[in-house]
Amino acid sequence: MSTGSFHLALVGAPNSGKTSLFNALTGSRQKVANYPGVTVERKAGVFVTPAGRNVSLVDLPGTYSLRGRSPDEEITRDVVLGRFPGEALPDLMLCVVDATNLRLAFRLVLELKRTGRPMMVVLNMFDIAQRRGVSVDIDKLSAELGVPVVTSVAVRKAGTEELLRRTDEFAARTPQPAQDNTWKTLSIAELKGLQREADRIIAATIRLPEKPDSLTTRVDAVVLHPVAGLLILALILFVMFQAVFSWAQPLMQLLSDAFAALGQLVNDVLPPGLLQSFLQNGVISGVGSVLVFLPQIIIIFLFILLLEDFGYMARAAFLMDRIMGGAGLHGRAFIPLLSSFACAIPGIMATRVIDNRRDRLTTILVAPLMTCSARIPVYTLIISAFIPATQIWGWVNLQGLVMFGLYAVGIASALGVSFLIKFFMWRDYAPAPFMLELPDYKLPRLKSIALGVYTRAKMFLYRAGTTILSMMVLIWFLASFPQPPAGAEGPAINYSLAAMIGHALEPLLAPLGFNWQIAVALIPGMAAREVAVAALGTVYAIEGGKEAADQIGQVLATQWSLPTALSLLAWYIFAPQCASTLAVIRRETGSTKWMVVTFVYMFALAYLASLLTYNVARMF
Amino acid sequence: MTDVSDPSSNRSRLLLGNARRGFVGIIRGIDVVEGRSSLSSSELESQLIEMGFVEGARVEILHEGAIGRDPIAVRVSGITIALRRREAQAVVVVPVTAEAVAVI
Repeated sequence: MSTGSFHLALVGAPNSGKTSLFNALTGSRQKVANYPGVTVERKAGVFVTPAGRNVSLVDLPGTYSLRGRSPDEEITRDVVLGRFPGEALPDLMLCVVDATNLRLAFRLVLELKRTGRPMMVVLNMFDIAQRRGVSVDIDKLSAELGVPVVTSVAVRKAGTEELLRRTDEFAARTPQPAQDNTWKTLSIAELKGLQREADRIIAATIRLPEKPDSLTTRVDAVVLHPVAGLLILALILFVMFQAVFSWAQPLMQLLSDAFAALGQLVNDVLPPGLLQSFLQNGVISGVGSVLVFLPQIIIIFLFILLLEDFGYMARAAFLMDRIMGGAGLHGRAFIPLLSSFACAIPGIMATRVIDNRRDRLTTILVAPLMTCSARIPVYTLIISAFIPATQIWGWVNLQGLVMFGLYAVGIASALGVSFLIKFFMWRDYAPAPFMLELPDYKLPRLKSIALGVYTRAKMFLYRAGTTILSMMVLIWFLASFPQPPAGAEGPAINYSLAAMIGHALEPLLAPLGFNWQIAVALIPGMAAREVAVAALGTVYAIEGGKEAADQIGQVLATQWSLPTALSLLAWYIFAPQCASTLAVIRRETGSTKWMVVTFVYMFALAYLASLLTYNVARMF
Repeated sequence: MTDVSDPSSNRSRLLLGNARRGFVGIIRGIDVVEGRSSLSSSELESQLIEMGFVEGARVEILHEGAIGRDPIAVRVSGITIALRRREAQAVVVVPVTAEAVAVI
């Protein structure tokens, strides 16, 4: 919090375009989405106004009122009232109003006025409203509301000029005489009273066309159709997984060839010895085997961000509410769970939009069962080594189908576990209500999608450069020391610390068909699942020499039996192997207990699933 | 708490939660029966009002879910809201007549 800068806060209902305005003002790198309640984190940025004033801007979670129904809404209320520890009381609140959706927004404006804090109303998306035939008497509106009103078009250049000019004017007049805070939680009568007042103001100052967005209505007639809608949802998910597997393939091959060439270069240039082995087997083959999955991670995030920006995610929640309700999950849990396909961490954080504590906890507990992108490297490696790339029914790739199957098992187990949680823990509670705004469809902004994908890719590369690299160095060390005695027989790795650890764990994992090399790979995999692939790469590279480093997939195909491969796939559907996810569970539930519960139940499921898979597969 | 006590209006009185797709009506009030939802009646009423279910508003059922025609998507106060029939049972409506339309 820099002293001397002017504090602005964006307040508004979900979908009012706060986030796009935030981006327009700060140019910050974060996503704009359509799903109500996506703004779950504190988003802050700084910018300089045309008059040269330093402004710090905070984007508060969207809310329909100051009652604070969910953790998000409480944050907004507390910041606005200056009760939030460590957060500066805003010098000016920008109350963002979607100019196409005024009734609820104006009631919020009237409620915010009661806090006595300086505020300005921003009619956002004003261009869309005008195109739909909305006409506003701005001066009269400002007089009726008793606060300044400006219009803005966040997504257009220069669309925020007037807003900046008025902010400068306001800041130049500060300090303003303080007004009393008369806000307290509204009674139902007051709520109705404010709505009547808002409706009166709208009637007096705004002319509305009696025509809703007919395109959205027409699209929804198909997309929300009881049968067609579910088919479309299934098709979208299916295409997503086929894309992850087949579109990414050429790029992945390119990356993999590049790393192999780099390893070869090191091999040719450096004399044989520890340094050569460290660079080739530890760094290049380790990090490279994870980096090749960048194309797949980009594709899955691209899909999720596109669906969010289109406004489809809220529709998916509508379609899935009853189906998920059968498993004891809330319709709103669909978005966090779908985000968990990318990574459980944003997924678990997105559960803040679920206001009911029990529903939220159930969602958090099952979110790590959704197949996150970190499992893709493991799945891809094993599938491409053991499943033939044949086409079935002419157009479906068998490998893609197996991938789809793994995702399906993940989903089914998430539903099953939540059903059990509901049944055993919360049988006596009535289900929490499901009430969700379905925003009008919007064409995604290419720039915001690109920014979102870029941020995710950067995060992945950063992880590859830090966590994964350091794990790889550790694995290389364990696999290389101690060095075999002179004249020893067999691969050097057999004498290493890694082999000792692996052999020690082998009895525990042998019933699952895991050999000691897998046992070694599972340990660093605790930090992040994708590290296991890199660890396998290093272990087999040191064991098998240069050729093995090029193609660990081929090595696995000769070293493992099919039941072992299937067993490892089953293990990774459930394995709680991600330290960061466990840490986020602890933070979001506020207790170590739920973190331990998650770890134990997932570990037990993983062990049982692998045991079952291995023994069933061996019968064939 | 509610404005639906007028017995003469009972004939055309209907709960939004029982209406079918295509229904168009005017909201008469919120009448929460305790115990139907996990929320207290005042909390549910506040939430419904916040989402735009206020007296006099025009409401139309646009879509129904696949299982048990639940949840429903309704157009109210210029926005589309998805909600379950369980909660929509608290919304008292009258079907739109020519006379009612003139009031909007």
